[in-house]
Amino acid sequence: MDRRKGLPSPADKVVTTMNIYKKKRIIILFLLPAVLGMAVFVYYPLIQSLWNSLFEWNLFSSDKSWVGLENYRSIFTDGNIWITLRNNVLYAVISVICQVLIAMVLAACLEEVFMRKFQPFFRTILFLPSLISMTVVAILWKAIFNPNTGLLNAFIHAIGFTDITPQWIGDANIAIFCCIFISQWQGMGYCMLLDLIGIQKIPAELYEAARIDGAGTVKRFFYITLPMGKESMLVTSLIIVIGSFKLFTEIQVLTGGGPGRATEVLATAMYRAAFTNDKMGLGSAYAILIFVITMILSLIQLKVSRSGQE
Amino acid sequence: MRSGKWYGSLEKVLCFLVFCVLALVIIVPLVWMMVSSLKTNREFLTDVWGLPEVMHWENYVQAFHQGVGNYFFNSIIVTVIAVFLIVVIGAMASYVLSRFEFRGKMLLFLFLIGGMMISPEVNLVSLFNLMKALHLYNTRTGLIVVYCVFELSFTILLMRSYMLSLSKEVEESALIDGCSIFQVFLCIVLPVCKPVLASAALLSTMFCWNEYMFAAIFIESNKLRTLPVGLASLQKALSTNYPVLIAGLTVSALVVILMFLIFQKQFIRGLAQGSVKG
Repeated sequence: MDRRKGLPSPADKVVTTMNIYKKKRIIILFLLPAVLGMAVFVYYPLIQSLWNSLFEWNLFSSDKSWVGLENYRSIFTDGNIWITLRNNVLYAVISVICQVLIAMVLAACLEEVFMRKFQPFFRTILFLPSLISMTVVAILWKAIFNPNTGLLNAFIHAIGFTDITPQWIGDANIAIFCCIFISQWQGMGYCMLLDLIGIQKIPAELYEAARIDGAGTVKRFFYITLPMGKESMLVTSLIIVIGSFKLFTEIQVLTGGGPGRATEVLATAMYRAAFTNDKMGLGSAYAILIFVITMILSLIQLKVSRSGQE
Repeated sequence: MRSGKWYGSLEKVLCFLVFCVLALVIIVPLVWMMVSSLKTNREFLTDVWGLPEVMHWENYVQAFHQGVGNYFFNSIIVTVIAVFLIVVIGAMASYVLSRFEFRGKMLLFLFLIGGMMISPEVNLVSLFNLMKALHLYNTRTGLIVVYCVFELSFTILLMRSYMLSLSKEVEESALIDGCSIFQVFLCIVLPVCKPVLASAALLSTMFCWNEYMFAAIFIESNKLRTLPVGLASLQKALSTNYPVLIAGLTVSALVVILMFLIFQKQFIRGLAQGSVKG
């Protein structure tokens, strides 16, 4: 044991410490709240979801009828599921582009010598939205997107395009991009800040040496910043993709999945099934679908971040 | 090729302009929100850009009476208690996991951090039934419990690795000198772990304060609503008086932004610590 090495005390005393570190009572007492909480509120409901997804039942009647995989079948024959999944994937792709790639480029720009002066200002401003809760952001943007009284159309009209009045979240083709946009509006500065911290950890000598060898800003970005940040960017991308399949608040508050089902994502479909239509079995099946997708992605993430540590 | 020559001033100006545009995209909506919160409903509906003729501070008073004050109170109670519990329970578990020796330790650790793979969304439907069965539905306690549980996994991951990196000598000599485990935990381990405790507290505060989904579904009565859900519900109640709703949004945003501007240094340090990925 390592820990004995640092102790000049007599052997028997070391043994006493070791014994304290084996006291069952303390172990149980200290771990119990965490273990109990996780078992009851995390693992048990998961098993419940799995079991409940095989039944057809609703909240206010006690009879449950076994339907096997019927709930899953009806998810995939519904037709909406492909729009739903497309929305989740679209969100994932755009988020990765904005919050991983663009955020990294922005962070690198802010670290450039001529931008240093302004860095604290831009860093703070861009970070502000991530402090505001998503609900507030969504309600605010709902007012801004309002086609008649909102800021956005007023702006479009003010710069001269008086003849177009986009409906934004009322238009089935644009609505999902509005939802994705507010997410980027909120999250990009946060990611940029983390990237900045990451870049500042890269030894300055590397950049100095590259500069002496004649590498320009772009070259330094591609040959130093990117390779050094590669691992963390990959992990961040996976975290963002996992988050995309859990997406709920943005959509629920901004559009509620509408117009029609144009902005439906997995979690709002689950909400609609379980709490609006009172089909708890179907809702559970959606939950398990989300679980399977996020679980697979999480396992990939675990693998990637492990390999990065070596 | 010297970088100075290669990298012309045009690019610099362009880069600077890009940042200015981005900053405007952030600032304009926020300023518009603050200005709109002081307008009358008529002004809000007819003149999108304009400034209010008279500052209608009473919008804030009205927002407060419409329930915003109450939602604030609920959010504070839920957040403070939940964060306290997350930090204490997380620190206790991490302490045992990083110091004690027992069979199945690794398995228990995996059990505890495995919760990170199970997202709140996955458990929503079953938790709803469980909360009803346990009579936690529509109570602040219920909300506190689920917030606590869903933040624990990450907290334990964060704290355990920090505690493992600490030297154990002081603790062990204290134990040898006859201190109890509780004394060591309270008087040595916790003080030394302050940075990681602060970071965990910060991240869980942001989670609890902003959480919408659980709060929307597990709380039914208006009296118990937290701020995010309360504001969302005001949308319907105030659909004829938008500036009051926007006053509510402004208060909620400003409080956090002011806190951030005051504690910026500590804040960023805490975030950086919690963002050690992997």
